[in-house]
Amino acid sequence: MTTPAVPRRRVAAVAISVLVHAALLAVGVLTFIPFVWLVCASFKTKEDFFTRVFLPWDHLSSLTLANYRTLFAQEPFALWMINSLFLSATHTAIVVTLSSLGGFALAKYRFAGKRPLMLVMLATMLVPGQVLLMPNYELMYQFGWLDSYLAIIVPAAVSVFGMFLFRQAMQGVPDELLQAGRVDGCSEIRLWWEIALPIVRPMIGAFTLLSFMGTWNSFLWPQIVLQSRSHYTLPIGLWNMLGLPEYQSQYGILMAGTLLGIIPVVILFFVLQRDFIAGLTSGAVKG
Amino acid sequence: MRQRLWTLQSRCAPYLFIAPFVALFCTFMLYPLGRSVVMSLYTWSGPRSRRFLGLGHYRYFLHDPVFGIAVLNTVIYTIGYLSLQIPCSLGLALLLNGRRVRFRNLFRFVFFSSHLVGNVFVALIFMLLLAQRYGIIPRLLGAIYSPWQEIDWLGDPVYARLSIILASLWLTVGWGMIFFLAALQGVDRELYEAAEVDGAGHWGRFWNVTLPGIRPVLIFLILTGTIGAFQLFELPYIIFQGPGPRWAGLTIVMYLFQQGFEVGDIGAACAIGWLLVLMIFGLALVQIRLSGAAREEAA
Repeated sequence: MTTPAVPRRRVAAVAISVLVHAALLAVGVLTFIPFVWLVCASFKTKEDFFTRVFLPWDHLSSLTLANYRTLFAQEPFALWMINSLFLSATHTAIVVTLSSLGGFALAKYRFAGKRPLMLVMLATMLVPGQVLLMPNYELMYQFGWLDSYLAIIVPAAVSVFGMFLFRQAMQGVPDELLQAGRVDGCSEIRLWWEIALPIVRPMIGAFTLLSFMGTWNSFLWPQIVLQSRSHYTLPIGLWNMLGLPEYQSQYGILMAGTLLGIIPVVILFFVLQRDFIAGLTSGAVKG
Repeated sequence: MRQRLWTLQSRCAPYLFIAPFVALFCTFMLYPLGRSVVMSLYTWSGPRSRRFLGLGHYRYFLHDPVFGIAVLNTVIYTIGYLSLQIPCSLGLALLLNGRRVRFRNLFRFVFFSSHLVGNVFVALIFMLLLAQRYGIIPRLLGAIYSPWQEIDWLGDPVYARLSIILASLWLTVGWGMIFFLAALQGVDRELYEAAEVDGAGHWGRFWNVTLPGIRPVLIFLILTGTIGAFQLFELPYIIFQGPGPRWAGLTIVMYLFQQGFEVGDIGAACAIGWLLVLMIFGLALVQIRLSGAAREEAA
């Protein structure tokens, strides 16, 4: 009586496995459709955009690069991309350096005022950034930083979140290693650079991607402080085009710009992906 | 001399390490926070003309029907979004965590990929995906049942709210999944075996082993999700290019933005900001309390 039970269980296991994969595939396709649609839309003519879901299969020759050409010829789109790249890279370099340095101090040193500082930082974590919108705008006005890149880079160099992320990661650096470094005559800054940073590499990867994405995709603040068209970042430029009469229902052009706005982040993700997931989840899982 | 320099550098090091952060933190966070409280007590009718109002803004907004709509929209969005995002993320993570799943890394990348897209771009994409008649979503729905193609996703107040939730889900389900997956992989396998020995079924194992095991991540995602949802701005602002059909897309932050930069009353914008802070603090407190109570109950 027991012999048929084994194959039946195996059949059930295979059936479940097939169902699971089918479900995963379905969700995967659903997630991916907007990307596929986006790529198609960016190469379609205005007429095909409205009549075809994906590609005009019967006249593929009507696919065109005109959308991209318009973007770069009629608008300073290349400049916007360079602005975005420059601002995101600079911001990331600064915020990663400051946060890892500060996180190292919080994790591995005792100093006067550490506890109150951390309490104040913790309290500000819950405060939404929009409260700071008006006073920071006023500060930028007083500093004469409106329409300048400093307005994007400097205020954003503060990341309480990053400080805590790195503090947590740095706690995993063994004290004996630091002590051994001191005995060998390493200065404190070299301990940070040569011992601590290599150990927290996954966190650097994760935080680099998050910071880069944060600036690359940010909208509200640059929308307020950047005024001249040549200083725009990519999202601001694109948003601006949306409001111009000559781009009314020229959706292919907008989608071409959108695609170019997504690709750099995707590339960075591929470069950093191994570190990214490890670093990102290391803190939250422990709670 | 060398010795003294050496002790000096090791004693000063932590202060030097933390100094740049503290300087920026004070200038661009603590000072503006205080400044924003002061600003919220004044009213501006032009860049140079301000008048002291005391708590007038706060009193006004508590009775302002438009602010009421903004809060209501934000709350509806937050509840609708979180009650879909958390189960979807967890469900995907559970599916992916199965022992026999192939191509796990590929699936994980696909599900996560949409999180790389910025708010602005998501808004532009969904604005067109949902466009009446020619958008791909109405078309697909229309293929199932033809009147569905005529649904005016962006023009009808109810569907407009749904559109925002849909776009948010595409943006964040994969993000939640990454965290749940990491948490699931951290749950002790022996606990499952012990539960099986005790005769627990699938449901029993999920309820008694999985859920307690991933609790910290669950709380983290709900808390950060709520805080994020209350700050909703870009998606409706770009999709509707304004407050949306019958103000269905007006959120608290959009109202703040309008007051500050369109009406030009900086004080009013700051007051809205602080009302938002109070709401977020209240919600966070309730959630932390609740999760603490749940922990005691489980113990």
